[in-house]
Amino acid sequence: MELTEEEIKTAKETSQNILENYTCTDRGKIIPVLQNIQNELGYVPLPAMQTVSDHFELPAVDIYSIVTFYNQFRLIPPGKNQVKVCMGTACHMRGGQIILDSWERRLDIKCGETTEDREFSLERVACVGCCTLAPVVVMNEEIHGKVTPTRVDGLLYSYQLDKEQEEGEEQEQKAGEENE
Amino acid sequence: MSKTVNLTIDDKQVSAQEGEMLLWVALENDIYIPHLCAMKDYTPYAACRLCFVEVEGKKAPVTSCTQPVYENMVVHTRSERVDELVKKGFELIMSNHHLDCKNCPGNKNCELQKIAKARKLPLKPKKLIQQVNEELPIDDSMDKIVYDPRKCVLCGKCITACKENGNGILNFAHRGIDRVITTFGNISLKEAGCLDCGACAEVCPVGARSIKE
Repeated sequence: MELTEEEIKTAKETSQNILENYTCTDRGKIIPVLQNIQNELGYVPLPAMQTVSDHFELPAVDIYSIVTFYNQFRLIPPGKNQVKVCMGTACHMRGGQIILDSWERRLDIKCGETTEDREFSLERVACVGCCTLAPVVVMNEEIHGKVTPTRVDGLLYSYQLDKEQEEGEEQEQKAGEENE
Repeated sequence: MSKTVNLTIDDKQVSAQEGEMLLWVALENDIYIPHLCAMKDYTPYAACRLCFVEVEGKKAPVTSCTQPVYENMVVHTRSERVDELVKKGFELIMSNHHLDCKNCPGNKNCELQKIAKARKLPLKPKKLIQQVNEELPIDDSMDKIVYDPRKCVLCGKCITACKENGNGILNFAHRGIDRVITTFGNISLKEAGCLDCGACAEVCPVGARSIKE
């Protein structure tokens, strides 16, 4: 996934700002720095890793190695809407894979990726704590139980409607402002 | 000056400098112990789990690359427990190795073949299913070096070699079954600024990193 110019710029600036608080080049501080970057940006992009590696005087690939090792680090920006498909034992037994597959097909991305328009990102999680509702999908902290592939279509459609409504309202507001 | 110590490896009396690692002492005395990841004069990773030996007085087999020698040490390079460990470890490595000896640049100069021959182990895993990710692309971007990640046994020697001789552009990435040795952002060697020095191909125990013919 290609990052936009703006995303690269923010990534570099944010990591520079965070690194200002770290004067030493102690390797033990690499992970806290990366965690701070992720907290600020929501992910750790390559330009940020490059900045970190320059600061700690290490080859950039060493930072890449750390970031890819830990599941807590994202390498690509999260979408506006985050879809999490549960793959815990109960959801797995009740067809979680089928649900994940239908999300992948509908959004045309793989698990762990973000759509080109940054609207949706898809990931798998291990148990969200409501196994009786299996298979479960969590969309922006909202839980959807007993999901079927048709429900996936329905969810996507409702988000599309919400978005259209929002855009409509925005346009109305703009028009109103212009009239005034 | 460090002290000279005497020890016994497989009923053979040998002497070595105190603190030297057992693996290198054994190899210097023509006693073969399988090994993939160990590099002399570097901190041992002990990652390949193939250099196990029995040391008398120790409860369990130890990795000889991390075991310093001491006075009156008695070592057995083979035992039922050692053989079982090496067999399992070797089978695990082979289950994630693209097996194509005939067309492999490492053929006849391969540590895996050597271990299989020395310990009479099959190259093809018997119980485990092959788990090689055949979709990993071969990196053919350099003039001299070619990298085939499907054959990589993740010993990590090329990382050390690249840090010492090259630009230090290699390291491990991801984990578990997805673990690979790659460049920053998984780009080609050329884009990553490879010097084409060939140090990685020289240390590669298999045919994963090789010099083009």
